[in-house]
Amino acid sequence: MAIDFSKEVDYVARLARLTLDSEEKELMAGQLSDILDTARRIQELDTTAVEPTSHVVNLPAVLREDVTMPSLTLNRVLQNAPRRQKQFFRVPSIAGLNSEEVEE
Amino acid sequence: MKYEVVIGLEIHLELQTSSKLFCGCSTIFGREPNSNCCPICLGLPGSLPVFNRRAIELAVAAALALNSDVQEKSRFDRKNYFYPDLPKAYQISQYDQPLARGGYLQIEVDCASRIINLERVHLEEEAGKLIHSSESIMGSDYSLVDYNRAGIPLLEIVTAPDITSGREARLFLDDLRSVLLYSGASDCKMEEGSLRCDANISLRPAGSDELGTRAEVKNMNSFRAVELALNYEAGRQEEILAAGGTVIQETCHWDEERKKTIPLRSKEGSSDYRYFPEPDLLPLVLESTFIEEISAALPELPPARRKRLKEQYGLDASEAALFTFNRSLGDFFEAAAARYNQYANLAKWVQGDLLYYLRESGKNVEEVEPQKFVDLLTLLDKGDINRPVAKELLSEIVLSGTSPQKMIRDKGLGRISGDEQLLPIVEKVIAENPDAIENYRQGKEKAMAFLVGRVMALTGGRADPGEANKLLKEKISRK
Repeated sequence: MAIDFSKEVDYVARLARLTLDSEEKELMAGQLSDILDTARRIQELDTTAVEPTSHVVNLPAVLREDVTMPSLTLNRVLQNAPRRQKQFFRVPSIAGLNSEEVEE
Repeated sequence: MKYEVVIGLEIHLELQTSSKLFCGCSTIFGREPNSNCCPICLGLPGSLPVFNRRAIELAVAAALALNSDVQEKSRFDRKNYFYPDLPKAYQISQYDQPLARGGYLQIEVDCASRIINLERVHLEEEAGKLIHSSESIMGSDYSLVDYNRAGIPLLEIVTAPDITSGREARLFLDDLRSVLLYSGASDCKMEEGSLRCDANISLRPAGSDELGTRAEVKNMNSFRAVELALNYEAGRQEEILAAGGTVIQETCHWDEERKKTIPLRSKEGSSDYRYFPEPDLLPLVLESTFIEEISAALPELPPARRKRLKEQYGLDASEAALFTFNRSLGDFFEAAAARYNQYANLAKWVQGDLLYYLRESGKNVEEVEPQKFVDLLTLLDKGDINRPVAKELLSEIVLSGTSPQKMIRDKGLGRISGDEQLLPIVEKVIAENPDAIENYRQGKEKAMAFLVGRVMALTGGRADPGEANKLLKEKISRK
């Protein structure tokens, strides 16, 4: 099936903030098509008797007690920060991020 | 054309735990920036979240208090978006399998009962806090991020579009806050951001069943601001519709200074969060006994208490509301009412003079012993003290906790009465005011009022005017 997925690739790339060149886009479009094909094949299975799960481990979550533990030191917290200002992470303006929001 | 306003609210509530939802970092407010952070709440690779039991308990308590149907199985999902308040670039939240579904809150609007339905109650992690380099988001070159808040357990409560005005929204929030405080889930401090509210608002022709295009209003920092913002936004939309225009679906910020809603450029409705199940967390499964235990431990909740206060003590609507919203004052009233059955008088003193002296002294009502308060009212009822003295003693009970009986003994504040105490003073007044006596004998009633006033002045207000009157008349006529 030769469906053109280039639009979907553009959309997902923008959501993920990825910049792809045309070669990469073509590659991704092909891979996306394969993935969807596989999913389509799995959907052909009769699962009426199977309970839906969201996790490979079929166990309930474990709860821990509400006890505080020591946090990291400030220098450890900020050690990988691209930019820091005093005790803060410093990040680029938010306004730019907002206007980039993808519209359908 | 006449329009009706349709409002739905989204309330976020920080749960009152010691540690965060998925890690052991402290949740204390106001600490040094980025000092309550660890690999889990910073989203460092290889870290794994683990549920805080207390957060689950509080979330369940809040959901039950709101009559929401707590699900025995719920799931957590990743909500993906790029915004630096989330270190992981996704928020662990709930999507199609929330902690609790439905629910309602019964509120009172103009003495009539209203039901506001809820869509859902779910649990998620709080985001970090951004500090912008200039006043507005738009004008900032850069922002500073503090992740102390990131990962605090956050409850989201979504109402159905059942609210019909800004005022009703405020009344709903007052009652919601009260229920949440009683449930113990949160301290609900709007000023510290532990309770926040966003609103969706649209207009439609009166009587219509269809929903109009909505705007989302954010950045309302008090319940009063919610009311003002929604009234403003309803007016703005009505103007557009009345002029034949169409409302655009958009997000607005409430501008507290200018008292206006300001549209933001981006469109919320266009976001695609690409929710998918959080692979780092197993489904949350709650035993029915776990839910039942929390349900059994809930206190009597505000709507029920308000109703009972009216029925049991014959309080009016405003008294019942005061003793419900101000829980500790209500507890005090009920503790006192167990020892004193003049409920109307008790309610009057509690909401009047007691509240006044509490505010004046900055004391909490928990510091006042109900028994001493009841003793005071009983002394007043028996006529052992008069009202001014009672107020003076109440002020002292609030301040120092001294018992009224002791103060009366120590300060000699008891009533001056009888032949032994009051009679000599009456005789003195008669001796000193021959003109007034003469006037009274000639039928001038005002002269008697003057004489009683003299007795009251000489006793420092501690005589009973009725008794003074009686003694004066006896003495004068015998002459």
